[in-house]
Amino acid sequence: MDMATFAQVLDSTLRLATPLLFACLAGLISERAGIFDIGLEGKMLAAAFLAAAIAFVSGNVWLGVLAGIAVSVCMSLIHGVASITFRGNQLISGVAINFLAAGITVVIAQRWFQQGGRTPSLTGDARMAPLELPFAEALADVPVLGPVYGIFSGHALLVYVAFLCVPATWFLLFRTRFGLRLRAVGENPAAVDTAGISVIGMRYGAVAICGVLCGLAGAYLSTGLSAGFVKDMSAGRGYIALAAMIFAKWRPWHAMGAVLLFGLLEAVANRFQSIEIMGLALPIQVMQALPYILTVVILAGFVGRAIPPRAGGSPYVKEH
Amino acid sequence: MSTKRIPHWADVTLVPLLSVFLAFVISAVLIWAIGESPWEAVKLMVDGAFGSSYGWGYTLYYATNFMFTGLAVAVAFQARLFNIGGEGQAALGGLGVALVCLYIPWPHWTLALLGASLGAAAFGALWAFIPGYLQAKRGSHIVITTIMFNFIAASFLNYMLVSFLRPQGSQDPSSPRFPDATTLPKLHEILGLFGIPFSKVPPVNISLLIATALCFAVWWMLWRTRLGYQIRAFGESEPAAKYAGISPARITIIVMLISGGLAGLMALNNVMGEQERLVLNAVEGAGFIGIAVALMGRNHPFGVFLAAILFGFLYQGGAELALWTGIPRELIVVIQALVILFTGALDNMVRIPIAKLFAIRRTG
Repeated sequence: MDMATFAQVLDSTLRLATPLLFACLAGLISERAGIFDIGLEGKMLAAAFLAAAIAFVSGNVWLGVLAGIAVSVCMSLIHGVASITFRGNQLISGVAINFLAAGITVVIAQRWFQQGGRTPSLTGDARMAPLELPFAEALADVPVLGPVYGIFSGHALLVYVAFLCVPATWFLLFRTRFGLRLRAVGENPAAVDTAGISVIGMRYGAVAICGVLCGLAGAYLSTGLSAGFVKDMSAGRGYIALAAMIFAKWRPWHAMGAVLLFGLLEAVANRFQSIEIMGLALPIQVMQALPYILTVVILAGFVGRAIPPRAGGSPYVKEH
Repeated sequence: MSTKRIPHWADVTLVPLLSVFLAFVISAVLIWAIGESPWEAVKLMVDGAFGSSYGWGYTLYYATNFMFTGLAVAVAFQARLFNIGGEGQAALGGLGVALVCLYIPWPHWTLALLGASLGAAAFGALWAFIPGYLQAKRGSHIVITTIMFNFIAASFLNYMLVSFLRPQGSQDPSSPRFPDATTLPKLHEILGLFGIPFSKVPPVNISLLIATALCFAVWWMLWRTRLGYQIRAFGESEPAAKYAGISPARITIIVMLISGGLAGLMALNNVMGEQERLVLNAVEGAGFIGIAVALMGRNHPFGVFLAAILFGFLYQGGAELALWTGIPRELIVVIQALVILFTGALDNMVRIPIAKLFAIRRTG
């Protein structure tokens, strides 16, 4: 593999990792507060659609992003009402949200644009413009440093936002009072309740943050990574993000490592038909399945053990 | 949970019916919002699904798929295991059917059906066994592992079709056609024996009878055998089941084997009965619809039977709707989502008001 191809693969790794990273951090925050969320996929899909639709109509990608966040937060609130207020099954609610998004995006897209469930292609200001980092132009010809810097330059703003969200999430969870309470709610809600803090409030807060991040993931998908919405465009990324979250054992920095690995796998699978490692031809399907296989291996505890927050998945019932 | 008591009959009829009613009302609002008439839509759907033996044939064909996957999810739910892997298990069942039909020279369809059933059930069960084993022995969350296994199944099937089963020179990632001796009798042939005329077009076939029989068999297994008792006891309370000498690991693995086997058997209907070859994405989401069917049917095999027919109606009616109006087929996915949401997750929203009503009636 020559240097240019290598740089290209790394470049697309960053792009492909971005929606995964947003969604992964979204799931991480929700699950740290004790709310399982397998509806990441659906929220991302709904956000992707509305972001592309509004960006197309208004011609302004940032209005699209806001719309994407709004719809994603709305779906998060449905999940919140079902799993926090009505103490329903969080997993079933997540499944429902995924299908709701898969169906309703196509129904509305067909009604609005009559293009078989897609939005028209986005051009100009309706798409996210690449952001050239300072000196990228000047450094381009410098050997080694130029191409390496080039990998990091020229992405949409949300790519940088996603990677900045990693230290931000870490700080929020581990260095603020809100974060301490949020983690406590996911481990031992009764103790938090005894301290006079609203478990319900904390959990709704976490679910709302999750919605914002999923909204960013979806908006980037349709206006940054692609130029428009197509049916089912999230294509399992919400589940890969879930896998990355488990892979990272619910820790933000590790989450970044996991999504970069999964992004790399996708980039390589997109670039090559099959890949040879030590004389063994690895078919492309293995590359596609690898994130899922790795997650199962981690879950099985053969390589370290993935232990979710203790109160995850169970609704909190106040004692009377 | 609200501890207010609801009479059993209301729990099994009123709660699911009200949930479905809510789902339908919201869907009607959606249809209205996209500028179509909900009333016309319902008329079109009912007419398309039940107005002719052609419509009935498709409705029952889809219902057959959903009976298999609905039973699969319901059995697992009885042990309080959420098997989201029906999609992957049914896909693997398809591979089992394809291998059995392609590589064994069957003299007659009856024998082929027997062989294919074993193949389908074995492959589906195997695909559910791994998540079941990992849950039982290593504590891996079954929901996550079964989701992962759906994706692994899709990649694996893609690989098998492209690298092995696809005939040489073919671009299409699908297996060759199965031999004629493996063709299953269609419903019109079976009804023809009794002199009942039925449309020859729809793919509904003998698998419908198998699925119906399985509804009964699963009911028998759950409520009339020792194993069924153990499964239900385990689902009610794991500590109590343990105290009664039931091994949680054993029950988890057995339930997942049964569940995966049932999902795998769906391939009899779609792969062997309809396509008569293995194609990519043959399951088309039927594994997921099983979740809605099981929830709506209250995890009871007879409930599953009825809910499967309702979803068969939605599927066939939805296809007609897409044909004649501007409403795409995905409307059915929305209805499916709402049914799952109301019957599965917002259960208490429906249940608490009903419980209050009964409480008022009792005291008043």
